[in-house]
Amino acid sequence: MRTSATSVKPARALPGQVYVVDKNPRAPWWLVVASVLVIVVVSVPLFYLVVRVLDVSPSGILDILARPRVLSLVFNTVGLAVAVTVTGVLGGTVIAAVLTRIRFRARGTWLLVSALPLAVPSYLASYGWLVLIPGLNGFVPSYALLTAVTVPYVILPVAAALRGTSADGEAVARTLGLGPIQAFWKVTWPQVRPAAIAGGLLVFLYTLSDFGLVAMLRYQTLTWGVHQAYAASFDRAHAAVLAMLLVVIAIAVVVAERSARGNVHRTTATHLPLEEVRWSFRWLALIAVATPPVVGVVIPLLGLGMRLAQAETLRAIDYSRLATATASTIGVALAAALLAVLVALPLAALAARYSRRWVGALESLGYVSNALPGIVVGLSLVFLSLALLPGLYQTVALLVFAYVVLFMPKALGTARSSIESVSPELISVARTLGASPFTAWRRVTLPLALPGLGIGALLVAITTMKELPATLLLRPIGFDTLATELWSKTVAAEFGAAAPYAAVLVLIAAIPAMILSGVRSVAKEEM
Amino acid sequence: MSFRVSSRFLVLTLALATVVSGCAPTVAVNEGGTPESDNTVILYSGREEALVQPLIDIFTEQTGITVEVRYNGTPELAAQLLEEGEKTRAGVFLSQDAGALGALSDAGLFEPLPAEISDRVRPKFSSLDASWVGITGRARVIVYDSQSVSPEDLPQSADDLLDPKWSGKIAVAPGNASFQSFVTAYRVLKGESAGDEWVAGLVANSPHIFEKNSAILEAVNDGTHPLGLINHYYWFQLANERGKENMRAQLHFTEAGDPASIVNVTGAGILRPQRLDQDAYDLVAFLVSDQAQQYFVENTFEYSLVPGLGTPEGLPALEDLAVATFDLSDLRSIAKTQSLLQKYGLIP
Repeated sequence: MRTSATSVKPARALPGQVYVVDKNPRAPWWLVVASVLVIVVVSVPLFYLVVRVLDVSPSGILDILARPRVLSLVFNTVGLAVAVTVTGVLGGTVIAAVLTRIRFRARGTWLLVSALPLAVPSYLASYGWLVLIPGLNGFVPSYALLTAVTVPYVILPVAAALRGTSADGEAVARTLGLGPIQAFWKVTWPQVRPAAIAGGLLVFLYTLSDFGLVAMLRYQTLTWGVHQAYAASFDRAHAAVLAMLLVVIAIAVVVAERSARGNVHRTTATHLPLEEVRWSFRWLALIAVATPPVVGVVIPLLGLGMRLAQAETLRAIDYSRLATATASTIGVALAAALLAVLVALPLAALAARYSRRWVGALESLGYVSNALPGIVVGLSLVFLSLALLPGLYQTVALLVFAYVVLFMPKALGTARSSIESVSPELISVARTLGASPFTAWRRVTLPLALPGLGIGALLVAITTMKELPATLLLRPIGFDTLATELWSKTVAAEFGAAAPYAAVLVLIAAIPAMILSGVRSVAKEEM
Repeated sequence: MSFRVSSRFLVLTLALATVVSGCAPTVAVNEGGTPESDNTVILYSGREEALVQPLIDIFTEQTGITVEVRYNGTPELAAQLLEEGEKTRAGVFLSQDAGALGALSDAGLFEPLPAEISDRVRPKFSSLDASWVGITGRARVIVYDSQSVSPEDLPQSADDLLDPKWSGKIAVAPGNASFQSFVTAYRVLKGESAGDEWVAGLVANSPHIFEKNSAILEAVNDGTHPLGLINHYYWFQLANERGKENMRAQLHFTEAGDPASIVNVTGAGILRPQRLDQDAYDLVAFLVSDQAQQYFVENTFEYSLVPGLGTPEGLPALEDLAVATFDLSDLRSIAKTQSLLQKYGLIP
């Protein structure tokens, strides 16, 4: 409680009294309770995995882990995720720097285009490539394609951070004799590093949990192994042990990200002089910017178009069915986005304002569910809802809840950093002027953090639209999204009938992606 | 939004049900109860909507029974049903393969089927204890790229696949239940050590591992892999999409009695929801009726398991493929096959 003997503070500043912000305050109990509740909610899949793993004897677990394939799955998974993440962080930062610092034509359009790979589901991207280059498989294609579709997770926040960062420091460094790249590295990189690394975390978790792409390109990761365990032997315990390995990897990386993230020393942006560069360099830069959208959007769509042209059974489009699926997709995506941000809010506020070790641990746990395959999260909610709330089973409400569990982490980082970026001084001014803590939060913190919260919501909306495995398990009977319709057509090899669903899915997922590219954010650090 | 209303309604109904059941004497569930009909049944279908829904529509038209169908992959539905256990609301599970049916049967989730259903199909293609019934048969086949492989070079048996000339050229889906039943058949017919040697030989021939049959077929049809091991009926689906004359991939059956050409089944079982559902029995009975079986033969090119209903156009007769000394009860040892495949790293 705040009213302990040592720090007596009135809840409301008295007239003439200045409210001083406590440098290391204790978190209010209600915020702690809310945050713990959030963690309990998003840890549902973990409880489930523990229950399933406990079905196996310790020696049985060791047997599973000792199988020849398992170690190689771990290597493949970590190797792929590290490669994709490192490339994504470096490439994404370079692209963001090009987009914000170099003068060339149609810069705004290029930024928008660079966000588009987010809108293409990875299973669609890989399928499109396979049409053009049949037989494509293994590490390199998986790595290249995953990097292309996930790099916007780094580009967008880094670009936003760069727009909010003064280039004055770089100018000083340049006068002191550093080259442009060195100056960027020494002066600007430290300021955008948290954004880049937090984006990298989302890339890493995405790669861990992706199934569609690695299955198509036949690169065997742990998530592939989890699916195989269900398919090959209907062995839930075995699948759970493999999924636990994913959890362990995810926790290690989240903890590493926390320590690598560091603090931002913010300088206020004054103006951004755009660099004039040689034409050869400008072309090089454009190629870098164009590569992910070409690899992740243009070529896959070309491939899908070709398959469509080969289809003999191009049926009349069932417009009402298409419209229903579109409406359902938008509906659940919006609901999931709003709810995910609401759920992320208390944990984000706690992590932003109270730096304690246990707070850090709590925040880290919040990211883990994002590393799990959709099928594991789906099954965990089958298990749990039937045990606790059977009335909710296979309702849209539970489906939206599943999306929140899966994708809340995508909103958590942005929410935290946008709250962090609201200066405590502003709050102390509000308190001095007589605002209660809640009023100060509502009228100062929330409006300033809103763009950052919006970024999180958009990311959740995009991923929800594309989600398949959990949707198939938890949707009410007869409830179809664009992703499930696309799936049901392609399993029957009806690519012609699938095409309209694929097209609409990419189109509507592109809308939030385009909005994202334009966010001139207050949340400068991260998404 | 409508879901709010419906979930609230559900909660209300549940609350009411709790109150009512608290007052009334407990009603015996399941055991010994006579099935009732409420003219609706929930079907979990591991088979595609495009194939199943037209048939379901016919059933509804004829009987007035509404069928609510949940479509998903067979393994996913099996995992879901295992999680749901006795709390399931599903009345019937329609499975793409016998493996999933066996797993649910082992978990005690199926209600035994009456003789008028289980006796309809050939005994070798159904469960021994009438816990589930076979619906259709699909043959294991070798699919080959007709542009790079000439028919006379094709393997005539599973053992021929181990010839070094096929090294790096075979596409398989070892996680797929149908591949596993083929290996099981091999083990049962030729003995454990021969089975072990065959898998070792396959691995030595550097096969390409796929997740599913349909992807193998596409790869062979695209000319990237000369040979693949799949089920026959996928070919007809793809041919339907691309046009028969455009198909580069062609099917090849190994010699009669060889395990590489065994026949796998799709099948259905009746689950035990809170109340035994007469509609579930009606639905499964319909699936083994002449009308439904004919539909499968003509529209999905699968084998009917009811004797005397003919063979899909252009395919060898079921009798010529069936391995005389192998029946589905032997698939009980599929776990051994899985350990074997794990031992050689074909599955995790």
